[in-house]
Amino acid sequence: MQQIFNFIFKNSNRILFLLLLCISLLLTIQSHSFHKSRVISSANFVSGGVYEKINNVSEYLNLQTQNEALALENARLKSILFSTKDTTEIKKIENLEGVAPDDILVSKVIHNSYNAPENFLTLNSGTLKGVEPDMGVINNLGIVGIVDKTSPNYATVVSLLNTRSQINAKVKKSNHFGSLVWNGKSTGFVQLIDVPRLASVRKGDTIVTGGQSVIFPENINIGTIDKIYIDNKTNYYTLNIKLFNDMTNLGHVYIIKSKNRAELNNLENQNKKNE
Amino acid sequence: MNSSLLVNVFRFILLLAVQIVIFNNMTFLGFIMPLPYILFIILYPVNGNKSGLLFASFLLGLAMDFFSNSGGTHATACIVLAYFRPAIFKFSFGVSYEYQTIKINDSLTPERFSFILLAVLIHHITLFIVEAFQVTIILDILLRTLLSAVFTILSCIIIIYLIKPVKR
Repeated sequence: MQQIFNFIFKNSNRILFLLLLCISLLLTIQSHSFHKSRVISSANFVSGGVYEKINNVSEYLNLQTQNEALALENARLKSILFSTKDTTEIKKIENLEGVAPDDILVSKVIHNSYNAPENFLTLNSGTLKGVEPDMGVINNLGIVGIVDKTSPNYATVVSLLNTRSQINAKVKKSNHFGSLVWNGKSTGFVQLIDVPRLASVRKGDTIVTGGQSVIFPENINIGTIDKIYIDNKTNYYTLNIKLFNDMTNLGHVYIIKSKNRAELNNLENQNKKNE
Repeated sequence: MNSSLLVNVFRFILLLAVQIVIFNNMTFLGFIMPLPYILFIILYPVNGNKSGLLFASFLLGLAMDFFSNSGGTHATACIVLAYFRPAIFKFSFGVSYEYQTIKINDSLTPERFSFILLAVLIHHITLFIVEAFQVTIILDILLRTLLSAVFTILSCIIIIYLIKPVKR
């Protein structure tokens, strides 16, 4: 017994080091394996609050670009409105079919990271405003990411620029599907993998979200094809896609609550019960 | 003893704040980010409590993780650096470093520079390996480590010169 205590006292530093190393590695591995079990996230009131304070100041620095983006979107919406023959008849905007206006939540990005392999955004709206995990996040130019963790006032978003994000997308003109991933290299480009070789793709074609997930409605812009690679092993295309969005400069974003989502989740739960 | 504890607590908070408010927004080429918050571990008193340092650097890393959504990567890198700190001291200042009065925050000598260099390299390599968590992009990791280390060392030296105690 005496010897055990002696050993512990002698090596107390090493034991403490190993203990702390185990804890931190555990946290790391957990965050790498499952998004939902992430223990450490900036969606808590301390870091969320600090980021909001910082954002209140730094917001002023890019007011001009934000204003320009809003003006452009206004112009686009106005042009849609003016080109309709009867202005009293409200035309559905082409992008967001199946999403009612009250299903869209405006939110502000209070923190944005883009220099790690796994990047996250922090938004200033949380469960109190109805944000839930797995909701889609877009802005006027295209998609931004998927909500990961929520707290009462804040939410973290898995950015498009995250090597673990995988989003269903398709070529706009031919409806060929693929998965949108990021290889962690450039902030302006993402990759669309597993596009069948039958698809006739050309440089400059538009890529939009596909309808295979409940997270995003169909036909939301993502980007244009920049380069086409042929995967020799699998006979699939890998497309390099230039994003419409500048992921390093995000201001206001829209969170989409999908209407059919509760219904679909119910259905899936029923299936699980039956099994 | 009491005043050194206070100085360390103050340094902990100040460096963390500076890192989050200023340096987290400074990115070069999209992926190089200086991380001068590890100055806390570098500047910790040479003969200070070692388990105290381990624990403090764990907290420091955890705080960084909270702010950058990175799981436990910063915490891992920080405690690895804190654990190997005596070994780096031994390498840079000679075997009997414990009996000398070493102050890191003084004018830059080769010994001090090699100490900072090694400390930053150990921290960054651990950080980027744990962050990427795969061996296939080892070249990418090395590149990021080297470039980020250059900027971290630069910012560390600048901060050391800024907070250097005035000589009488």
